[in-house]
Amino acid sequence: MQKFTSLEALVAPLDRANVDTDQIIPQKFLQSIKRTGFGDACFSAWRRDPAFVLNQPRYKEAQILLARKNFGIGSSREHAPWALRDYGFRAVIAPSFGDIFLNNSLKNGFLPIVLAESEVDQLFYDTASFPGFKVRIDLDRQTVSTLDGTKTLRFEIDPFRKHCLLNGLDEIGLTLRHADKIRAFEARRKTQFPWYF
Amino acid sequence: MAQTLYDKLWDSHVVHVEDDGTALLYIDRHLVHEVTSPQAYEGLKVAGRKPWRVDSVVATADHNTPTDHWDEGMAGVRDPFARLQIETLDANMREYGAKVYFPFLDKRQGIVHVIGPEQGATLPGMTVVCGDSHTSTHGAFGCLAHGIGTSEVEHVLATQCLVTKKMKNMRVSVDGPLAPGVSAKDVVLAIIGRIGIGGGIGYAIEFAGSTIRALSMEGRMTVCNMAIEAGARAGMVAVDDATIEYVKGRPFAPKPPFWDSAVAYWRTLKSDLDAKFEREVTLAARELKPHVTWGTSPEMVVPVDDVVPDPDREKDASKREGMERALSYMGLKPRTRMTDIKLDKIFIGSCTNSRIEDLRAAAAVVKGRRIASSIRMAMVVPGSGLVKAQAEKEGLDRVFRDAGFQWREPGCSMCLGMNPDKLEAGERCASTSNRNFEGRQGAGSRTHLVSPAMAAAAAIAGHFVDIREWR
Repeated sequence: MQKFTSLEALVAPLDRANVDTDQIIPQKFLQSIKRTGFGDACFSAWRRDPAFVLNQPRYKEAQILLARKNFGIGSSREHAPWALRDYGFRAVIAPSFGDIFLNNSLKNGFLPIVLAESEVDQLFYDTASFPGFKVRIDLDRQTVSTLDGTKTLRFEIDPFRKHCLLNGLDEIGLTLRHADKIRAFEARRKTQFPWYF
Repeated sequence: MAQTLYDKLWDSHVVHVEDDGTALLYIDRHLVHEVTSPQAYEGLKVAGRKPWRVDSVVATADHNTPTDHWDEGMAGVRDPFARLQIETLDANMREYGAKVYFPFLDKRQGIVHVIGPEQGATLPGMTVVCGDSHTSTHGAFGCLAHGIGTSEVEHVLATQCLVTKKMKNMRVSVDGPLAPGVSAKDVVLAIIGRIGIGGGIGYAIEFAGSTIRALSMEGRMTVCNMAIEAGARAGMVAVDDATIEYVKGRPFAPKPPFWDSAVAYWRTLKSDLDAKFEREVTLAARELKPHVTWGTSPEMVVPVDDVVPDPDREKDASKREGMERALSYMGLKPRTRMTDIKLDKIFIGSCTNSRIEDLRAAAAVVKGRRIASSIRMAMVVPGSGLVKAQAEKEGLDRVFRDAGFQWREPGCSMCLGMNPDKLEAGERCASTSNRNFEGRQGAGSRTHLVSPAMAAAAAIAGHFVDIREWR
């Protein structure tokens, strides 16, 4: 997995609640058998509208997406974080995320950050008010801060997930360190509930 | 300490817990399909890993398989990208194996969430995962079942475990008898309307109460199927006689001498009387009516005798804006009566509503009638080859065909529009599926979610009708 440590980047505001996975990547792009190459598919239906926020030149270099509540609700398609990543985003900030989308993101070095609704509101305001508005994300300190240093927002992340992201760890490799435990569990289960095997 | 059903299922599968509560959860059943698995098998191969336990895997091709031209075999899959995914699954099954694989064209092939229970491959007390968000369906059997992403598919293949954290407990209780014409689909649409599409984020939902108890297993699957549309990855129902009766005698269900001990264990799979839930929601069944969605998210739903809501009456600015965008996308005006909305196409199918009881309910409505001349196309897509065979045995295919419906081969079909079954831009569809997102059934498609009987009645009338008044 690609590491995520810190990022200082332009913020693109997507001011819509309940952005579902089918908008992030429509179904017609799910026919690939590869993990990459989904950048063009990202928000492809909405990007046909010239006024759509990602078509505005001022957000062209954005690597941080600012979104509203329930971002990534819907399908389990990991193609959603793959598409955002391939498009050029490394992180998304929102008040809440679809559970499966959140998990999928964390496995791809793509950081979903949950902030309070009021904090997200303020960031939307800042993004609209100051062309070229950037923030700095520091995963180790779990902060999102403005570059002028006036504002630092703290976010929560599971220590285990954070550790994996900071070090770009292969989760399967980590789990397999517990292979003996898994085997022992499995043997017990097989004795107790043989009908599941 | 008193435990919820979810607590019990969780505790019985924890292999290891990190200091922060992140756990390794053992997975009993891994359902695999062609769209979200190729990258996972490729990942295994690249890393030189082998599947941990292939006999936990039950696989089928369902998402992008065509529902016609089956007589042409693989050549019937006109889309080369779809064909490549189907052939890739075939190849992965040949190389790695599975407990059982129902390939494209097999008479037991079907939607993965229909065939798991149908085969007895979904059993009470299991953990069930699949690279598909509607895996929550299997929770109807007193399982912990939820969707996972492709990296997790690879992780489960390689380790038989999922890295996850415990969710919170929510109980949704529905009590009382349902009025005639009000189905499991209406119950779950009403629940989603109540708690919203994000209301279940971070929760596992147990559906309880006398209304849920009175539902058939197929009805319970419909309800659990759409837990994810309320944001909850997992939905579940406690085990009772109906669960055990349904499972008994299915191909992969336990046989003697294991059956009795399995049943004895399964009977413990219910929440303790004084178990604590972080959130409780209650609905009265007698107040429930047939429901129809009007917008672009399943929470945008009203009873069929209501009107399209007016955004001007919504105080929350963000909600109002969402409603306005949805109405514009759907081509609807506020305060239009739902029964005045005319349809172009009808889709009866999907992992939500494609089982035999769904087809019977729809057939009872259309029997002896014709679809309205204004309906461009109405189709029935059975959930599996076995559902299709059963329906044909009962003569339901004739009922549908005589009414002007197309009778198709099984698969996910127009629920997500990955195969050739799509709506054209602007077309309006009464659909028994689970998502009405923008573009869900094809670019520019307009979806209204309803029950099978409501979809059938809409096909005959050409517009929505209140099924309670259907004669």
